[in-house]
Amino acid sequence: MNQFVPPEIDWAALSPVLIVLGLAVVGVLVEAFVPMRARRATQVVLAVVGVGAALVAVAWRWVVVQDEGPTAVVAGALREDAPALLAQAILLVCAFVGLLVIADRSSGEDAFAPAAAAIPGSAYEAEARKAGLAQTEVFPLTMFAVGGMLVFPAAADLLTLFIALEVLSLPLYLLAGLARRRRLLSQEASLKYFLLGAFSSAFFLMGIALLYGYSGSVRFDELATAVPATSGLDGMLLAGVLLVIVGLLFKVGAVPFHSWVPDVYQGAPTPITGFMAACTKIAAFAALLRFVYVVVPGLQWDLTVALWVIAILTMIVGTVLAVVQTDMKRMLAYSSVAHAGFLLLGVIALVPSGISSVLFYLLAYGLATVGAFGLLTLVRERDADGNVTGEALHLSQWAGLGRRHPVLAVCFTLFLISFAGIPLTGGFIGKFLVFGAAIEGGAWPLVVIAVLASAAAAFFYVRVIVLMFFTEPAGTDADPGTTVVRTEGLTAVAVVVCAIGTVLLGVLPGPILDLTASATKFML
Amino acid sequence: MDTLNLAWLLVAIPLVSSAVLLLLGRGSDAWGHWLGVLASAASAVLAIVILVQLLGLGADDRTANVHLFDWIPAGDLTVSAGLLVDPLSVTFAILITFVGTLIHIYAVAYMSHDVDRRRFFAYLNLFIAAMLVLVLADSYALLFLGWEGVGLASYLLIGFWNQNTEYAVAAKKAFVMNRVGDMGMLVAMMAMFATFGAVDFDTVFGAADGAGEGAMTLIGLMLVLAACGKSAQFPLQAWLGDAMAGPTPVSALIHAATMVTAGVYLIVRSGPIFEQTPTAQLVAAIVGAVTLLFGAIVGCAKDDIKKVLAASTMSQIGYMMLAAGLGPIGYAFAIFHLITHGFFKAGMFLGAGSVMHGMGDEVNMRGFGNLSRYMKVTWITFMAGWLAIIGIPPFSGFWSKDKIIESAFVGEGWQPWVFGTVALVGAGITAFYMSRLFFMTFHGKARWNDGKNDLPGPERTPHESPALMTVPMIVLAIGAIGLGGLLTIGDSFVTWLEPVTGHVEHHEPVLPIPVIMVTTIVLVLLGAGLAWRQYAASAVPVAPPTGSVLTRAARADLYQDAVNEGVFMRPGQHLTRTLVYTDTAVVDGAVNGLGSGTLGWGERLRRLQNGFVRSYAAVMLIGVIGALVVVLASRV
Repeated sequence: MNQFVPPEIDWAALSPVLIVLGLAVVGVLVEAFVPMRARRATQVVLAVVGVGAALVAVAWRWVVVQDEGPTAVVAGALREDAPALLAQAILLVCAFVGLLVIADRSSGEDAFAPAAAAIPGSAYEAEARKAGLAQTEVFPLTMFAVGGMLVFPAAADLLTLFIALEVLSLPLYLLAGLARRRRLLSQEASLKYFLLGAFSSAFFLMGIALLYGYSGSVRFDELATAVPATSGLDGMLLAGVLLVIVGLLFKVGAVPFHSWVPDVYQGAPTPITGFMAACTKIAAFAALLRFVYVVVPGLQWDLTVALWVIAILTMIVGTVLAVVQTDMKRMLAYSSVAHAGFLLLGVIALVPSGISSVLFYLLAYGLATVGAFGLLTLVRERDADGNVTGEALHLSQWAGLGRRHPVLAVCFTLFLISFAGIPLTGGFIGKFLVFGAAIEGGAWPLVVIAVLASAAAAFFYVRVIVLMFFTEPAGTDADPGTTVVRTEGLTAVAVVVCAIGTVLLGVLPGPILDLTASATKFML
Repeated sequence: MDTLNLAWLLVAIPLVSSAVLLLLGRGSDAWGHWLGVLASAASAVLAIVILVQLLGLGADDRTANVHLFDWIPAGDLTVSAGLLVDPLSVTFAILITFVGTLIHIYAVAYMSHDVDRRRFFAYLNLFIAAMLVLVLADSYALLFLGWEGVGLASYLLIGFWNQNTEYAVAAKKAFVMNRVGDMGMLVAMMAMFATFGAVDFDTVFGAADGAGEGAMTLIGLMLVLAACGKSAQFPLQAWLGDAMAGPTPVSALIHAATMVTAGVYLIVRSGPIFEQTPTAQLVAAIVGAVTLLFGAIVGCAKDDIKKVLAASTMSQIGYMMLAAGLGPIGYAFAIFHLITHGFFKAGMFLGAGSVMHGMGDEVNMRGFGNLSRYMKVTWITFMAGWLAIIGIPPFSGFWSKDKIIESAFVGEGWQPWVFGTVALVGAGITAFYMSRLFFMTFHGKARWNDGKNDLPGPERTPHESPALMTVPMIVLAIGAIGLGGLLTIGDSFVTWLEPVTGHVEHHEPVLPIPVIMVTTIVLVLLGAGLAWRQYAASAVPVAPPTGSVLTRAARADLYQDAVNEGVFMRPGQHLTRTLVYTDTAVVDGAVNGLGSGTLGWGERLRRLQNGFVRSYAAVMLIGVIGALVVVLASRV
């Protein structure tokens, strides 16, 4: 008779996750017990301190793991190894700057609906706005999402991975529907994200079921050992692996599982879009890396065609559709689809440098993304009375911005050229490393396509730069039509941090490359 | 301290100056252009000091690596930023900074009426810095940085008068065409990394002869592609003519003397790679030969003085490319021609600028004529350039071009006959179209309205340009006259480059050298004579005649735009349109609907939304099924 043996739990190894999730729970209590006046400030402090503390904890665990080697945690459900910790650190850095943008109140308002439950356009909504209500639940929700994301790169069995997936997704579904302006668009985005997310979760679960049926286990290491014993049943194995990968590809927005990306990125409140675009992608790619590098090596030949086609489609569709967008958020959304394609090259490469190069790329991409979306929140329209209203997202509204607001335009340019992969920015080094890894892995046709796609992609990034600096502004100087609002300072800090990071990654990437270079192997 | 270690200052001085000019803004309008000139001149002086020091060393010690810092140190990939000071890079540094400084001085006067002159000088300085990074880099990664930098600077400078949409379009075209070339550069670098695990010159060249020919051919072909993009060689030549929309000093500096020759530099520098791959070498030579004729034919039919010069640049770089494709035997001559060409072509561009300055920015040569009476200095300096480019001894071009023609006749099989003949015929055509340009502009009857005759067009009062413009022209003309002969004495230039290009034994061409030389000169005189008869001795019609089929084709740049459009743009547009259709009709109809309707849009949105999530899900489902089928197909 089997006796239940409680697993030994290494609380120290769990500390980053525990800090974030713990403070998220505290945040919920704050909603209940702290008076409204002090609520917002408390929540902001809690969230920022929480993410900062988690980052410190990750750094501490990094040192420990460097000394003592990687370990399996919580009866093998999680792995604490170099790639996991590094992915968590990158995630927390991006979440930190993302949170600053989320917390910022430019022109006195935050980006979220005063009362999310109110029907858009109803009298109650107007009253709530007048009363200055604020949906401060945004912060605990973000923290829960960050908690799920932290588990994602470390998860070493499929059920943990699935639970982490839902923990990170559910708050994001909600957050996507909270935009202060264009409420219907936002709610539509939220619902679409939820429905399609549920749909992809179904594939994911089906994949888990098939894999369990094949191997009798949901753990990556046991799956990996079961793989070489190929027999008549391996149709189940292949289908299972593919469906699990599909579930993760949905999260990174790879074609053909990308259709939600433009709508959700456009509809969600812009600070959330930035957070989601950066952090979800980091978490999902880290998980994808672990799953592919641990389980897939024996199946490489069977999956190559499908993965190559997906990567090629992702790069081409993302790039081509980004070229024709006239809305900033949609353009950045499609550009993020294209970046998912570039990142897939590092995943497909299946060589050790693939892991480290993808992690570097994610950091460069994440910083530029949070920075770019942060800047989008500052460029606003004015109505006929001169009141500042929603964000000015049409390309034409950015014409001549560089003449009136050179600092903002220069920062935005910096993020764009990093996206485009032009030297002296992090984006260039990232692309260089990922493409190099892909060539090392023998995927040079993919690299040729990727280089072609990034050449084409440079076109639409540069178009925005030309628009900002070389085109006459639309309105007159007295009434420019487009205006840049003052921030409380948090967004400015976030943007400056992102900009400095982007340049440093391009000019002096040495220290970070040293870190990523030590993350080239997953613990089985 | 060893001055070689100060080589980084060559780059730093113009870079800092450029940054200062951009940051200070309007505050430095009054003196900004002089700061630009000073920065470029300081670099030139430093380059000369370095040259003198190198000359003082033994031939084998003339290579110095100046380590700057570790740029990308990661595991097995280490890219450090360092400068390589050797005869080849210093030759280029001198050309860039010396000619660059002259053109800076010229631009002070040429751009004096432009309110944004300071910004122009900031970009010029930026260009000089980037170009120096390109030639001084000790690895392909750093070279690529300079490569992108000159691209950016040239983009900014072509589009400098961006209020004019046509110019902005030209800038964009140059940008896109160059990206195609850059792609070649990137793929070459990745392939190098995959093969050698490094991208610095030392490692790559050291290991080149041990690597497989397949990899070397891939790298070589990609480098040729990169060179084609930057140097406007066939089939990526279309942008150069349009790039003439930029201010004339830009055309002189970037599109004649320096940037467009970067492709030739790249191939000569990568000599050890090309040695392993005869295929890529042959492709480079063919590209050069095709472009040589292409540019020459286009040059015969154009009436825009700058476009003729652009076509001739294309053609002359074709000569260099051909020489570089011939292997070590041609490397030194490619660079030799590059240097002399840098002087005489820049001089002629400045001359063209001076003509335009005096003629109210007119560029159509059919509206010139008899200008030698009004612009003596421009006429004489231009004449020096003209005699140099068509290769009349003892002018510079004769020495360098003759050597290339001779080398083209060296070899076995069909190659010497084809390449040699092309080079020879090219020289004849060059003589024709350059003489056409010269005679149409400076000789014959005046075809412009001087207020007294009844010719159409605005009234012109041609006059000589100020000294700030003529002095650089005179200096460049002296180079066009004497530089070629000077560097030929005792084969001094070839010997100087030997540490880089390697020592080559003398080869006998398939025809005796005197025969080649005499034939060349006869063809050149024939070409020039024909042009004299047609454009100086007889009247030139003001309206272009319809011309033969060939003339019309040449006027239309041999239909290169049509070909580009048919081959690249149309399929691309169709792909885009199809995808956009899917995007608008299937994917984001909901959102577009939101944009167009304001009244009752909520209702419509809700109605649309149901359908569209379904279609999203359908796309996903099809994707999953497709992937499953692909994966499981092998099991059935």
